[in-house]
Amino acid sequence: MSVETTDIDVKDKFVELYNNNQDILKKGAPDYINQIRDEAFQKFKKLGLPDKKNEDYKYTDIKSLFNNGLKTFLSPKDIEFNVDDIFKCDVPDLNTEVIILLNGWYYNREKQLAELPGGAVIGSFQKATEEYPELVKKHFNQYADNEKEGLVALNTAFVKDGIFLYVPKGAVIEKPIQIINLLMDDENDFTQHRNLFIFEENSQASLVVCDHTLSTSNFLTNSVSEFFVDKNASLDFSRIQNEHNGSKQVSHLYFYQEKDSRINTNTISLHGGLIRNNINVLLNGEGCENNTLGLYLTDKGQHIDNHVFIDHAKPNCTSNQLFKGVLDDYATGAFNGKVLVREDAQKTQAYQANNNILLTDDATINTKPTLIIYADDVKCSHGATVGQLDMDALFYLRSRGINEKEAKLLLMYAFAHEVIKKIKIPALQERIHELVDKRLRGELSRCNFCYMNCK
Amino acid sequence: MEKDQDKILNEVTQGEYKYGFVTDVDAESIPKGLNEDVVRLISQKKNEPEFMLEFRLKAFRHWQKMKMPDWAHLNIPEIHYQDIIYYSAPKRKADVPKNLDDIDPELKATFDKLGIPLDEQKRLAGVAVDAVMDSVSVKTTFKENLAELGIIFCSFSEAVQEHPDLVKKYMGSVVPYTDNFFAALNSAVFSDGSFCYIPKGVKCPMELSTYFRINAANTGQFERTLIVAEDDSYVSYLEGCTAPMRDENQLHAAIVEIVANKNAEVKYSTVQNWYPGDKNGKGGIYNFVTKRGKCAGDNSKISWTQVETGSAITWKYPSCLLIGDNSVGEFYSVAVTNNHQQADTGTKMIHIGKNTKSTIVSKGISAGKSNNSYRGLVKVVKNATNARNFSQCDSLLLGDKCGAHTFPYLEVDNKNSIVEHEATTSKIGEDQIFYCNQRGIKTEDAIGLIVNGYAKEVLNKLPMEFAVEAQKLLQISLEGSVG
Repeated sequence: MSVETTDIDVKDKFVELYNNNQDILKKGAPDYINQIRDEAFQKFKKLGLPDKKNEDYKYTDIKSLFNNGLKTFLSPKDIEFNVDDIFKCDVPDLNTEVIILLNGWYYNREKQLAELPGGAVIGSFQKATEEYPELVKKHFNQYADNEKEGLVALNTAFVKDGIFLYVPKGAVIEKPIQIINLLMDDENDFTQHRNLFIFEENSQASLVVCDHTLSTSNFLTNSVSEFFVDKNASLDFSRIQNEHNGSKQVSHLYFYQEKDSRINTNTISLHGGLIRNNINVLLNGEGCENNTLGLYLTDKGQHIDNHVFIDHAKPNCTSNQLFKGVLDDYATGAFNGKVLVREDAQKTQAYQANNNILLTDDATINTKPTLIIYADDVKCSHGATVGQLDMDALFYLRSRGINEKEAKLLLMYAFAHEVIKKIKIPALQERIHELVDKRLRGELSRCNFCYMNCK
Repeated sequence: MEKDQDKILNEVTQGEYKYGFVTDVDAESIPKGLNEDVVRLISQKKNEPEFMLEFRLKAFRHWQKMKMPDWAHLNIPEIHYQDIIYYSAPKRKADVPKNLDDIDPELKATFDKLGIPLDEQKRLAGVAVDAVMDSVSVKTTFKENLAELGIIFCSFSEAVQEHPDLVKKYMGSVVPYTDNFFAALNSAVFSDGSFCYIPKGVKCPMELSTYFRINAANTGQFERTLIVAEDDSYVSYLEGCTAPMRDENQLHAAIVEIVANKNAEVKYSTVQNWYPGDKNGKGGIYNFVTKRGKCAGDNSKISWTQVETGSAITWKYPSCLLIGDNSVGEFYSVAVTNNHQQADTGTKMIHIGKNTKSTIVSKGISAGKSNNSYRGLVKVVKNATNARNFSQCDSLLLGDKCGAHTFPYLEVDNKNSIVEHEATTSKIGEDQIFYCNQRGIKTEDAIGLIVNGYAKEVLNKLPMEFAVEAQKLLQISLEGSVG
């Protein structure tokens, strides 16, 4: 089942798509999901898609993404392949539990939910709505913002599948869980997956999410992930975005933190035609810690837009944002970080930094680090810089016999290192070092234009 | 100690507004409301040439199509534009006062109270003043002395009559009437303001100054300042504002345009002290001002310095268009908000020419239940090679019910520009107060000391006479605020 969404008025197309296919959408989904679906659809009808007049989307033109003859699939397409044959992970030494989403659908159709050590459950979101209705009911759509974000409402209205992860009280999952989002189709797809991650009290887990494209079609992804992190739980979340230049993605991450919980996130954007990351964090208990880091390396006509919102709702929390980027060729980038310290969130510490290097005159960066503070006993600071490589440092290296190209690479590498060194999984850190090195040398870019997948 | 601090905080933050008197001067005003006839009437009353009326009407028609902006971090109650009197002029005995004795004595008393150096003895202060009351220019001093150098410093209406070519050439060239809602409104109904023209190669020997005062009730003040500095000239310009205490809110929507040609330098300083409303947020001025300077020539420089202590709501972004190569833009600001005041202020630095430089230093101080935001844009276009910007925006919070916000926008389009922004938010530390107390300085004085030290970077940029006044203002505005 597919419908083309080529017309200029995209909103009406989606409204029509929804109205005409309610049966398919609602079939097999429990009532409580369908009820939320209908509400979200009404909200989408009101909100529509964000345009450039929307302050939050000032630097990224969302509407134009949809004018690409994209198809929306309401049920998984049968694409047979052996993962091992065509896909080799970027991080071969990573000892992980591997889960695959293909075009937004849980890949392993035979075994849709699997048990992990410590009683944790991972698998298809669709299946989980049937098997774990209580859990899903409690958390699904509780943290995502359907009121303001038209794209989130759209995702909720069309919710079908995605990843479901449940880590019960006190469970400690040693082995990192790796989620691979694969896009592979001979048609141009619009995919929307919906993930739900639940980490109960005192649990610990680490997640690695990788985005890949395996065919040359144009893709557009609009994904929403919700993370509930309960008291004293800790989550380490790394993300590697490595899609080809014809692929575009908008992802919305919502992190909800309870008392004394800790979250580290690293978003490494290596490749992709257009990437828009919305990272929202609500610190809703005392003593929370949140580190949100990102690194983006763009070239050609790529566009990257990182949007971070940290909401300090309770006292004594610490948050730290660090986003660094290198922009080459005619790439464009944007960073919008917002820290809100609410009235009684005293003793808050919030730091925010965004550093950019522009390598050419055609590259553009727009950065907007914002602080909104309503409490007085806080330590908040933010900083943003746009510049080039330090000429003195370059001279220092050159004077020691390192040629200009290598010296520049070294400096860029060092610039990126500040983010990479915060990645907690050693094998991943090492591999990202390599990937960044390759990326800065322009090798990865070549690989991405080649369909051999030899890596 | 805690109690003491609270008490002092209250005293400091609730200092009385000392300019809140009303002067009993006969004023001539037109009925409330705004339509094309009113615009024509204003133009007619001012005996304006045809091009002015056309300009006003175009602006008015454009304004009708616009909506009031709502993007600022402000909570603006609905403004009824039809309930405002758009023209109010102090009645004059003769046509134009020929010397100080001709001025309405009540009016003179007003300016004496304000301490505006209008009379002889103040001549020693060496400041030329153009005083604007209820949007009409009352008296310009030192005009003759300045004229000898070829400097034109007069009220805007006078300039329209006597130098229509200059007005026609420069009016709206920096802030077009289409610029924004309040600029369009001002362009349609502005009643007077100051005009200043510095000819080629002239360094203005004294500070030029304008004093604005809203007196009549229910009036809006819409004045317009235009400063043109020709090649190789220099001028330092001061602006002060006060208003009486009234229960209802009054609207002030002004435009300031500066043009700096080749090698010219213009320094514009403001001490804004409009009535901020009472402790409960009742009354006060809505201060919606568009200020913009154009560094049109190479090596030109425009510097904005502002001390913002008044107004119930401030919406103001003095900006620089750095068009000439090597031109420099500066913005130094101290904004204090107290009680229920709201301020959304900052600057825009648009780098267009090569090797352009800009500096932004913004110090926000919030107390009581006020909200203070910095909003700034630094834009470097592709051809602005080697542009350099440094921005620093600090916020100081006094009390736990106020807010301090920063909204910087950095847009960079080329590789050899360096743009830096940093901001911090803090409160006055107990240890700092303790240190002062220990040395025998009372808590209240200690706060004054610390706040003045915090704002010093900006206050230092003010001309002498203003710096003293600004320091006092800071102290009064903040009497008693400790976090």
